[in-house]
Amino acid sequence: MELLNRSEKIFKVCAYVLAIAFAAAALYPIIYAFSVSISGRVAYESGIIRLLPKDVTFQAYNMVLHSKGFWIAYANTLFYTVLGTAWSMFVSLTGAYALQNAKLKFRRQWNFLLVFTMWFSAGMIPQFLNYKSMHVDNRWGIVIAFGIQAYNIILLRNYFSGIPKEIEEAAIIDGANDFQMLTQIYIPMSKASIATVTLFYAITRWNGYYWSRMLLSDPYQQPLQVYLRQQIENYQKLYDESAVALPYSADSLAYAIIICSIIPVLIIYPYIQKYFAKGVNMGGVKG
Amino acid sequence: MGSEIKMREPRCKGLIGALLKDWRLYLLLLPLVLWFAVWAYKPMGGLLIAFKRFDSSLGVWSSEFRGIQNFINLVSGVNKEQFWQAFRNTFIINAYGLAFGFPVPIILAILFSEIGNSFVRKFTQTATYLPHFLSEVTITSIAIMLVYSGVHSTGILASLFQELGLLEPGVSMLAKPNYFRPLYIAVGIWKESGYNSIVYFAAIMGISPTLYEAMKVDGANKLQELRYVTFPGMAPTLIIMIIMRVGHMLSIGYERVLLMYNSNVYVTADVLSTFEQRIGILSANYGVGASVSLFNSLIAFALVIGANTISRSISDTSLW
Repeated sequence: MELLNRSEKIFKVCAYVLAIAFAAAALYPIIYAFSVSISGRVAYESGIIRLLPKDVTFQAYNMVLHSKGFWIAYANTLFYTVLGTAWSMFVSLTGAYALQNAKLKFRRQWNFLLVFTMWFSAGMIPQFLNYKSMHVDNRWGIVIAFGIQAYNIILLRNYFSGIPKEIEEAAIIDGANDFQMLTQIYIPMSKASIATVTLFYAITRWNGYYWSRMLLSDPYQQPLQVYLRQQIENYQKLYDESAVALPYSADSLAYAIIICSIIPVLIIYPYIQKYFAKGVNMGGVKG
Repeated sequence: MGSEIKMREPRCKGLIGALLKDWRLYLLLLPLVLWFAVWAYKPMGGLLIAFKRFDSSLGVWSSEFRGIQNFINLVSGVNKEQFWQAFRNTFIINAYGLAFGFPVPIILAILFSEIGNSFVRKFTQTATYLPHFLSEVTITSIAIMLVYSGVHSTGILASLFQELGLLEPGVSMLAKPNYFRPLYIAVGIWKESGYNSIVYFAAIMGISPTLYEAMKVDGANKLQELRYVTFPGMAPTLIIMIIMRVGHMLSIGYERVLLMYNSNVYVTADVLSTFEQRIGILSANYGVGASVSLFNSLIAFALVIGANTISRSISDTSLW
């Protein structure tokens, strides 16, 4: 017996070809960026680099890694990512536990107030004035005032409320209070969800750009994304300043900064990837 | 037996009693409540400055009230040209996004579901999701360099377009208004379509295989299977995604536009949120800026409610 009929076979072949083509197109700019970052200036500017590097040189990386501004920005981003993610997780875990707890008075109303922020926001100008009046213009302000997402809290809340109530009842009989319940029952039982939300928060922090640029008054506190953007804005200037004698082009330098800035994301990407299949990111759409 | 045992009444009743008894629970709720009160709800009060001449030394409450003057300035006064241009661009870019960007993740999900080889499927999915996790700055920086065309260098896409005769040499695509929207949509497709395919893929995987088998027994071809099984199976997800999309019809993520546009292309690129940013923050015209904020937020909210109501009445699918 034939398993696939003709139209299915044709469709399958098309599916393979198109999906692989799309995947290649999605990866191409990143691979190309890497190739240019390690290519020599003459080869690049003559336009012969299509995919693979030519005249391999690591001078552009040497330049980036010896730049003080780059390391300051990198350290700042690490600070915002580590402390910011810790703060976001603290607020989200405690809040998610409380919001799903049957003992909480006005539970529906609290949950509604959270979901409402997903559909109505004050907008950029009132937010900007609020940040200004609350003096969010330094490192700690960026850590505390940003990075908490109602969506992630709902995700954790839904996961928590799926934990069997028998376990909770047993813990209550053993005399556990709410602090112990959260730290010794709920958190250990939801490691996978917590890991996912942590990674999502960490990536959002790592990629943060706009509000840091608008609010931070001290240029030495700016994160990596702002540093990278400023390099791109000075693109033409980069060209004029890179004397002909340099072995790499300005594009190689810019691409080298980009590659350095995405390495941490590429390292943790496989770990996030693991959770996609479980549909973890859809669980919370319904408030 | 158990029902005959009388529980001792708690000494304190009502709210205060609950607060005293479960104080730990409310203490755990406190950081969340404080955070959203200060950073989400307090600025909503700040929307009042849409009706005021904002003076930062007086603050939101004490600034001079001027009624709907800020709105009049927007729709028919000194700012009307920029405002209506931004309004039009917002709708046009969204309509392009709906026409070209919205179907791509659906098609991708169908393609992924056809791939039986688990290595190929994993690889193609992993590769297409990746750009979602890179920052807007990274993605737009790469895009800018690829299409850059200047005295010293020509990006690889710019030179490709020149070879194909689509672009005159020496002309930068970034400075030409008619290239902005296609570029913006293309960057959006590159960054988000893989990731957005996840929900559709999950929906397709949730369709019972027996439905496909039944179709096959009836002699259906692949297109008929798609038409009568796959699409109906995806319908609830599709409707939810369309509601969300319509709800965000006015709120184009300003970050990507800000990173990609420049004063040469405002005529096609300036959207409400970037106009709001320029007039409100860069020109410090807070009152008019906040009236754009309020306009944006209210219409977005009304669109979500409207789309949700319509969807619930015709299909039983809704967000709440």
